Amino acid sequence: MEIIVLLILLATGYFFGQRAEKKHFKSIIEREKAHLHFPVVTMRTPPAIAQHELNAELVAGNAVISIDFFKKFVASLKMLFGGRVTQYESLLDRARREALLRMKEQAALKNAFVVMNARVETASISKNSKRRNSVGAIEVLAYGTAISLGKKIQR
Amino acid sequence: MLLTNLEQVPGKKIVQHFGLVQGNTIRAKHVGKDFLAGLKNIFGGELGAYTELLAESRQEATDRMIQQAISMGANAIVNVRYSTSSVAQGAAELYAYGTAVKVDL
Repeated sequence: MEIIVLLILLATGYFFGQRAEKKHFKSIIEREKAHLHFPVVTMRTPPAIAQHELNAELVAGNAVISIDFFKKFVASLKMLFGGRVTQYESLLDRARREALLRMKEQAALKNAFVVMNARVETASISKNSKRRNSVGAIEVLAYGTAISLGKKIQR
Repeated sequence: MLLTNLEQVPGKKIVQHFGLVQGNTIRAKHVGKDFLAGLKNIFGGELGAYTELLAESRQEATDRMIQQAISMGANAIVNVRYSTSSVAQGAAELYAYGTAVKVDL
C-alpha cells in the first residue's frame, strides 16, 4: 500500500514538476532577453557622469522556490553515491535568476540605467520538521542600488 | 530617507556619521499556508505565499531600521545589508542593518 502511494507521489511530482520547471525556465529566458541591455554589476563606485545628478535607491527581489517530490527522491538517492546533484542545481539556478529578474524589473520601473553593488543571498527554508537537513524550498534575495539620472547640472 | 547599499550617496556629501542602525523581525509560518506549501512540495514550483510573506517581513525590518535612523536625526542610510537566518524550526529572522548618515541635500 505504501509503495503505491509513493509511486503516485513520484509520478505526480515528476509530471507536474517537469512541466512547472519547463514553463518557468521559458519565462525566465524570455524576460532575461527583454532585460539584456540592463547591466547589473557588483562594483561599488558609482559612475562619474558630469552632466547629471545621480539618484540612488535600494531595489530588491526575492523568490521562494520549492523542489518537487520526484527530484527530492532522486536527489536523496544521489546523496548515497556523492557527485553532482543536478536536481538541486536547477532549483537554485531557477530561484537565483528569478530573484535577479525581479530586482531588475523593479529597477527598470524606477528608470534606472544600472544596478550597482548587487548582492545575492540564499537561505534554505526547511519544510520537513522530522528531517532537519532536508531542503524543501529555498529563498533567494537579490538586492542592489538602482542608479538613475537626476536633473541636469547647470554650469 | 535615502537607502543605498553603496558606501556613499552618489553626488551628495556625507556630513555626519551616526553609526550602525538595525531592524529585525522574526516570522513564523502560518499553519494554513504551511499546509498548502506542503502540497506544493510534491508538485514543485514557486511558493507565492512565502515569497510575499518574506518580502513583507523584510520590509518591516527595513522600516524599523529607518525609524531608528530618523530618531537619530539621519537622512540617509548607506551600506545597507540584509541577512536571513532560521532561529527555530519554522521561524526565520530577517535582519537589516546599515550606517546612518546625514548628507547635504
